[in-house]
Amino acid sequence: MTFTSNRLLARYADCIYWLGRYIERAENLARILDVNLHYSRDSRGNQNWRSIVQLFADEEQFDAVYDVASYGNVVQFYVLDRDNPSSIATCVLAAKQIARTLRPLISTEMWTHINILNNTVSTWTAEDIKPSELSRICTIVKQECQTHTGITEGTFFRDQSWHFNLIGRMLEREDQTTRLLDMKYHLLLPPDQTVGSAVDISQWNALLRSVAGYHAFRREHPRGMSPEAVAGFLLFNTSFPSSFAICIEEIDENLGRLRSRYGLRAGTGAMELLDETRAALDSHTPQSVVAFGLHQFADYLQRQLISVNTEIRRDFCGALPTETM
Amino acid sequence: MNDGDDLLSTYQRGHHWCEMFGGDSAAADHTAAVRQRLGHLSLSDLIRRAEIAERELYNLGITFTVYSERDVIDRILPFDVIPRLLSPGDWGVIDHGSRQRVTAMNMFLQDVYHDGKILKDGVVPAELVLGNEYYREQMRGVAVPHGAYVNICGVDLVRDHRGRFMVLEDNARTPSGVSYVVENRHMMQRTFPDLMDEIGIRPVSNYGQKLLEAVSELAPEHVADPQVVLLSPGVFNSAYFEHVFLAREMGVPLVEGSDLFVEDDKVWMRTTAGPAPVHAIYRRLDDAFLDPEAFNPDSLLGVPGLFGAYAKGNVGLANAVGTGCADDKAVYAYMPRIIRYYLDEEPILDNVETHICGEPEGLAYTLGHLAELVVKPVGESGGYGIVIGPRATAEELAEVRAKIKADPSNFISQPMIDLSVCPTLIDGMIEPRHVDLRPFVVTGKDSWVLPGGLTRVALRRGSLIVNSSQGGGSKDTWVLEA
Repeated sequence: MTFTSNRLLARYADCIYWLGRYIERAENLARILDVNLHYSRDSRGNQNWRSIVQLFADEEQFDAVYDVASYGNVVQFYVLDRDNPSSIATCVLAAKQIARTLRPLISTEMWTHINILNNTVSTWTAEDIKPSELSRICTIVKQECQTHTGITEGTFFRDQSWHFNLIGRMLEREDQTTRLLDMKYHLLLPPDQTVGSAVDISQWNALLRSVAGYHAFRREHPRGMSPEAVAGFLLFNTSFPSSFAICIEEIDENLGRLRSRYGLRAGTGAMELLDETRAALDSHTPQSVVAFGLHQFADYLQRQLISVNTEIRRDFCGALPTETM
Repeated sequence: MNDGDDLLSTYQRGHHWCEMFGGDSAAADHTAAVRQRLGHLSLSDLIRRAEIAERELYNLGITFTVYSERDVIDRILPFDVIPRLLSPGDWGVIDHGSRQRVTAMNMFLQDVYHDGKILKDGVVPAELVLGNEYYREQMRGVAVPHGAYVNICGVDLVRDHRGRFMVLEDNARTPSGVSYVVENRHMMQRTFPDLMDEIGIRPVSNYGQKLLEAVSELAPEHVADPQVVLLSPGVFNSAYFEHVFLAREMGVPLVEGSDLFVEDDKVWMRTTAGPAPVHAIYRRLDDAFLDPEAFNPDSLLGVPGLFGAYAKGNVGLANAVGTGCADDKAVYAYMPRIIRYYLDEEPILDNVETHICGEPEGLAYTLGHLAELVVKPVGESGGYGIVIGPRATAEELAEVRAKIKADPSNFISQPMIDLSVCPTLIDGMIEPRHVDLRPFVVTGKDSWVLPGGLTRVALRRGSLIVNSSQGGGSKDTWVLEA
C-alpha cells in the first residue's frame, strides 16, 4: 500500500458515515411501520399510530401539518413526506445524494443499487401506502437496504471509509434500539394496563419484531416474556446484531482500527465516551436497569450516542460542534 | 424483418458522406464485416438491445444533470447502438493532425505569455489575443512544465461530402465528453459482443491512466510520488458524472474547493489524518472560478491562493490558466497560420474554410456571399448570434450585414458544411443522421490521442446540431486496428 492511498478526504469520511446512517434509518423505519401494522394492536384490535410519532419525538412537526394521527397521515408522514427529514423517501433520497457525492469512493454496484432504489421509491404515491400495500413496500425497503449492506460487504474497498461506514450504521442502529426501548416503557403502556397484561405482552412482542429479534429472543428465552428479559436482551445480549452491547463494541473496534491501522490520532474523545458507556452498561443487570428506570437509562444511552456522534464528526470530519444528528 | 441483410437494406444515405457506406465514389471497405453482422440482426433484436442499453445507462447513472426550477433531473445522453467506424488510414490523419494542432497551440501559448513574437511579427493581430476575455495577464512570465499549457484538448472534427476531415472548433479549456467514449464502449461490449468479436477495435479503457501520467508530469520535479487530485465544482455541476468517472479511472481523490487550502504558497487537502500535500490538479473549473484572490472574487468554488502556489511552481494545473485565448473562434481562424509559423509544416487537418472579416479580403468575400455563408460572432459561444445565410430571411441578412460593417473584426464566416451521416436507429427505423467527432488529445511531456473519440449525432432529421442540449446523442466510435 502506497503512502498516498491511505488518505481519505474529511468530507468523504462524513459522507460515508451518513450513508451508513441513512440506509440503516430507512430500514428501521420500514420495519417499525410494518410491525405496527401487523402486531401492535390493542385488545380491541386498534393500532396506536400516534406512538410512532412519539417514538421519533416528531410530535411538533407532525402536528403542524396533520390534524390527526390516523393511519393515512402517519404513514404518509413517514413514508412519502419529503418535508419530513426522516421519512423513508427523504432518507433514500439523502442516501442517493450522498452516494452521488461518494461515487468516486464507493463501488459502482453500490451506487447503481441506491440509484435504482431511489428511482423506485420516488414513484410511490398514496396508492402504494394503502393498508393493503404497506407491508409490500416496507418489505421492499427492508430488502433493498439489506441488499445495500450485502453489496457493501462484498464490494466496498476496506480502507478508512469502510470503518466510517460501519460506525455510522452501528450508531444509527443503536439510536433506534434505545429509542424503541424507551418508547415502549415510557409511552406505549397505557396507564390502565399493568405490566404483564395481554396488551403489554403484545407490545413487547412488537418491539422485538421491530428489531427482527423475536425469534432470536425465543432462542434465549423459550418461555415467557418479561420486561426485564426483553430489555436485557436488547441491551446486553452479545449475539443479537441490534443489541446495544454489540453495536457499542463494533463502534469501539472500528474506531480503534482507524487509529491503529491508519495512524489517525483523532477520536480519543469518542473512545472515552464509549468506555464510560460500557462501564455504565457493565455495572447494570437487566433487573437493575428496570428498577433504576428504563427510561432514564435509555435516555442516558441516547445522550451518550449523541456525544459520540459529535466527537467523531468534529474530530475526523471537521464538522462544527453545533451540528446535530 | 428477420432475414440477412434486410436490416440496412432500406437505409438511404442520400448525397451525404456516410460513415458506414462511404461516398459516391468510395465504398467503405473497412466496415464490410460489421455491415454484414448488422445485417444478420433482426430489427426487433436491435430495438430490444437498444432499450436494454438505454435502461442500463440510466441505472448506472451515466447522466448529465438538468436543473429546472423545482427539480434536479438526471438525463442520459441518448445513446445510439449503431457504431461509427474509422479506418486505420483515417485515424492516422486524425491522430497526427490533432497532435500537430495541439503542439502548435502550446507553442503559441508559450509565446503569447512570454515574448509575444507571433504578435510582433503580425501573424496574429495582437489585440485579438491580448484583448481576449480569456487572456490572463497574470500568466505572463509564468513557467509551465514542458510548455504544456493545453493538457487535455478536444478537437471537434466534421467530415464533408467528400469524406475529408476538418476542424470545426478547438476546446482547450475544460473539454468534456470523454467519459461517454469509455462508457459507450462498455455498453457495446455488454449489449453487442457478437458485433465486436474479432473485429479488431483499438481499446479506449486506458484513458484514465494516460491522463494521470500526463497530470503527474506537471507536479514539481522534486516530488517522487505526486499527489494528484481532480478539482470539481461539485455534485451540482452538469458534468459531475464525468468528474467522478475520471477520478475513479485515475484513482485520485475528487475534491471540491473547500477540501483544499493554501498555506505558504503550497496546496493542501483536508483529510481525516490532517492536511496532506497536493502536487498536481486536474481542474474542471474555469479560470474565473479557480481562485477568488486572483480572479473572480465572488467565486465560492475555488481555492484562495491557488494561483500564487501555481505561479511559484508548487502545484501543477491541467489545463494551464489562460488557454482560452487559443481556442477562441477568432484565433481558430488563424490556426493554420499558427501551425506554419511555429512548425514550418502544412496543417494535416484543415480548418473549415474561414473568412476573417477583420481582414479586407475576408470582409469583401463575406459581404459578397452572405446568403451562402454561416456568419459567427467571434466573442460568443454556445451558438449565439450565428446567422446561417441559406436559411436566413432578407431582413436577417441585412441586419447582420450592418453589424459586420460596423465591427468587422468581431465576425468570421464559413461555408455551410454538409456533415457526414451514420445509420442511426430512430423510432424503430434506421435512418441517416449527421455526426461529428471529438478526439481527445492528452499532453504532458508528449502528446497522445485516445484512439476513439466522442461521436455526437444530431437525432433530428436534417439537423446539423449535435449538442446534447439540442437533441444530440452519441455513438460508440471504433478505431480499427491496422
